[in-house]
Amino acid sequence: MNTIGNVTGIIANLVIVETEGTTAQNEICYIKHGDTRLMAEVIKVVGNKSYIQVFESTRGVKVGTEVEFMGHMLEVTLGPGILSKNFDGLQNDLHKMEGVFLKRGQYTHPLEMEQKFDFKALAKKDDKVVAGSWLGEVKENWIPHKIMVPFVFKGEYTVKSIKKDGEYTPKETIAVLTDKEGNDHEVTMTQKWPVKVPIKAYKDKPRPFKILETGIRVMDTMNPIAEGGTGFIPGPFGSGKTVLQHNLSKNAEADLVIIAACGERANEVVEIFTEFPELDDPRSGRKLMERTTIIANTSNMPVAAREASVYTAMTIAEYYRAMGLKILLLADSTSRWAQALREMSNRMEELPGPDGFPMDLSAIIANFYARAGYVYLPNDESGSITFIGTVSPAGGNLKEPVTESTKKVARCFYALSQDRADSKRYPAIDPIESYSKYLEYPEIEEYLNKTIDEHWTANVFKAKDILLRGKESYEQINILGDDGVPVEYHVRYWKSELIDFAILQQDAFDAVDAASSLDRQNYMLQKSLEVADMDFKFESFEDVGPYFKRVINALKQMNFSEYESDEFKQNEKEFRNILKEQETASKEEEMTAEEKAS
Amino acid sequence: MEKETKAFQRVYTKLFQLTKATVSLHAKGIGYDELAIVDGRLAQVVKIMEDLVTLQIFGGTEGIATNAEVIFAGKAPTLKVGDDLAGRFFNAYGEPIEGGEILGEEREIGGPSVNPVRRKQPSEFIPTGIAGIDLNNALVTGQKIPFFADPDQPYNQVMAMVALRAKADKIILAGMGLTRDDYLYFKNVFDNAGALDRIVGFINTTEDPPVERLLVPDMALTAAEYFAVEKNEKVLVLLTDMTLYSDALSIVSNRMDQIPSKDSMPGSLYSDLARLYEKAVQFPDGGSITQIAVTTLSGGDITHAVPDNTGYITEGQLFLRKDSDIGKVIVDPFRSLSRLKQLVIGKKTREDHPQVMNAAVRLYADAANAKTKQENGFDLTDYDQRSLDFAKEYSEKLLAIDVNIETDDMLETAYELFGTYFKPEEVGIKQQFVDKYWKNNKN
Ligand SMILES: Nc1ncnc2c1ncn2[C@@H]1O[C@H](COP(=O)(O)OP(=O)(O)O)[C@@H](O)[C@H]1O
Ligand SMILES: [Mg+2]
Repeated sequence: MNTIGNVTGIIANLVIVETEGTTAQNEICYIKHGDTRLMAEVIKVVGNKSYIQVFESTRGVKVGTEVEFMGHMLEVTLGPGILSKNFDGLQNDLHKMEGVFLKRGQYTHPLEMEQKFDFKALAKKDDKVVAGSWLGEVKENWIPHKIMVPFVFKGEYTVKSIKKDGEYTPKETIAVLTDKEGNDHEVTMTQKWPVKVPIKAYKDKPRPFKILETGIRVMDTMNPIAEGGTGFIPGPFGSGKTVLQHNLSKNAEADLVIIAACGERANEVVEIFTEFPELDDPRSGRKLMERTTIIANTSNMPVAAREASVYTAMTIAEYYRAMGLKILLLADSTSRWAQALREMSNRMEELPGPDGFPMDLSAIIANFYARAGYVYLPNDESGSITFIGTVSPAGGNLKEPVTESTKKVARCFYALSQDRADSKRYPAIDPIESYSKYLEYPEIEEYLNKTIDEHWTANVFKAKDILLRGKESYEQINILGDDGVPVEYHVRYWKSELIDFAILQQDAFDAVDAASSLDRQNYMLQKSLEVADMDFKFESFEDVGPYFKRVINALKQMNFSEYESDEFKQNEKEFRNILKEQETASKEEEMTAEEKAS
Repeated sequence: MEKETKAFQRVYTKLFQLTKATVSLHAKGIGYDELAIVDGRLAQVVKIMEDLVTLQIFGGTEGIATNAEVIFAGKAPTLKVGDDLAGRFFNAYGEPIEGGEILGEEREIGGPSVNPVRRKQPSEFIPTGIAGIDLNNALVTGQKIPFFADPDQPYNQVMAMVALRAKADKIILAGMGLTRDDYLYFKNVFDNAGALDRIVGFINTTEDPPVERLLVPDMALTAAEYFAVEKNEKVLVLLTDMTLYSDALSIVSNRMDQIPSKDSMPGSLYSDLARLYEKAVQFPDGGSITQIAVTTLSGGDITHAVPDNTGYITEGQLFLRKDSDIGKVIVDPFRSLSRLKQLVIGKKTREDHPQVMNAAVRLYADAANAKTKQENGFDLTDYDQRSLDFAKEYSEKLLAIDVNIETDDMLETAYELFGTYFKPEEVGIKQQFVDKYWKNNKN
């Protein structure tokens, strides 16, 4: 019997319910408002009063209205048919909703329960299985979607029977499992899981040891993210967080991309709906939409569901990770989720932490990031969730609770700089402030040097050093004036500009430049460092800029042309010719010096 | 104490608590968000605890006595929508200012949001003739964008001008804390342009109680949704001034003892503003709601909570600034941004538009650097001097808000300036465009 209660108080979407029976933290309940049922979640219980946050507008709700508690937490339904769907934060299929406007109390099924999937058994009778073991697989788009032993199953089971290969709907029983006590359990292609609980159907979670190739130079080359790693992108509005995330979702080397559009603009989601079905996945050659799932809870959708949206996205990611897939999970923006927590905490008149955020904000963020990771599954296959969230700091000031809490847990920090965005140096990731802790992992260093180039990490640190020294020279030039410093300062500054233009900057809207393979990144890094290693002799500071601009232009043209194409080679030749001018110039100079000496 | 009048209406006459913006009383069967009349003033339910109901009084509580009559309406605030709205001006409650009745269907304001999968990607260019907007920050139907301006900037004038040139089927003016002079100015301009029949106004002036403003944008957007959804019209909504709207939000939240966030704004400011701005939409059937807003700044500070939250919500911002070199107000090319411009420039406008735009802004940035150099007492190079001269003319001929030319002419003007001051390689646009459009004025 479900517990029934009655509304006794309403403040915006916080409702207080008096009950006789039991209720649980995070339990789902429904307010019976007229003909509609408004979904809500228990967030606090005091005595016989449950405080619930309603995932809808509470307009018209009255004291005394009946509330039914459902005996379970907020759950998602997992099964074939999730991919390329557009869900809201509570996993309602947005396409199934009626009308132009979102009607409150309208909940739609996330899957197609009547659709037939081509099932192939992977387990056989008498196999011993545990939660997450693969029983069979169906084709979902191009992904072999594993049908697994439900994650709620505890201990070991024996396969009593399993369906023959063939076409089945997600509703049909595809296997019967017997537990240790001899009880039989029917398993279908779908299962439910509470979103706030991590799915732990894996054997081991090692430290990440590989790189997730994103195609974005300033990330891969300068501060790579590990497969199964975590990172975050803080930046003021307009600095390029969303464009960067969209670019990651297009080009990163992942099997699946799950995007939580959390409390941001609806038009940005529409952009994905419109463009992704047309764009090609650079790796599989299929349409990008086929590997993408969107959880859209835009800023005008109910605030409480914002929090749910990131958990829904994470749970779906964990489900696919258990199939041995490489998942990239993106959330834009985690600050909106934190703000939703703040609004609720204020309504409950809790003692506020810094900037009014709840006291346990850091812990909530840490727990969420901890769900990402690289895992070994029960059958020794591996899967991963790489998670990158954006942060929208108030006033662009990074000394605020969400940025600081995230910085404690995320291992990559991609700080977007207003200055770089203003001067259109995109992606505006600050090369000096940003970091990747993974570069310090010996196993990552070994991986990089083995798979890319034996000098790779040494070269990366060299490039970082050049950037730093260039910045110092620039500051000196600004203080002392162009001719107040030795010409060498200008050269040092322009060498860092060259790294900036040729490696850091990348045109997200150019078909070729938008993504760069690691191989190509290595090649360009070597070319840039070759210039940095050269000695230049310039008569006057006024000659330095114009010369370097030509070198930069040649490297940029290389970035804009298909790797190793004739055009690319032609541009490289041009680059060589410009460098030769200097080599000959300095040689001539040496000769004249020698002549004078003799 | 309680008596039933008309159907759904309940009347009470004993107040339990009074503050500057709210009253509380014991009442039963009241719905959240429900409308009430307290001593003749409009109010709305903002909190219910057991049988204690708190009402926000839009007109303020001055003079309300504990035995004031409270009539609950049994419904949330509404607006009557219909073609009858066109050409008329209303107060914050949706009542015609000049009296009379409105024929139409009654709709609750502040309704639900559009399902994102029912939206269409915006793609229709809105030319305004102002190059600071069309050339550098092109607007698109279904976009939401504010002017960021100090209170002494002529933002309402610019907005009226943009509205008239935008070729909208309906222009809906949402005035919040509008001075009476500006209200009359808007009426006048629209009247002179013969556009009055396309206008609908919802007006709260500085003479009206500030809390009333909270109803204005929802009234305006409810009307906008009627024309955009039911009539498939292109609707332009003007929201001025959203900073004063936010101030009203903070008045109410402070009086309800909520913990204030940054700059004494409520912690929910982002959601409160997003709920309104996200009503901007392009529908597949051709109807659209475009929003142009005003966010007044204090001393150009965009880190203040109101512009900051706004920038995170809107699709860019148009930053007005006085350029002291030419003595005119310009649309600042550095701090302005139209996030939707890439959907139309070079596609709905000439192919070289994006390149020309970027090149000109880059050269303008070079001039800014040269200027800093000059101010720090360093010598200027020949290039520095040329970029300074370019910047002045660029500002005068293209950035100033009094410019009114076709988009193609903006591009031509840019080439004229490039040709006067620079060589093609200094401007750095694609060779094919140089060959086609470059004007060689440099002798
Ligand atoms: N990599 C990029 N290349 C070119 N333009 C960019 C890039 N990143 C951002 N922009 C420009 O900046 C604008 C704002 O970027 P966006 O990602 O939406 O910012 P944020 O999400 O940080 O507010 C975009 O509309 C685009 O004009
Ligand atoms: Mg963004």
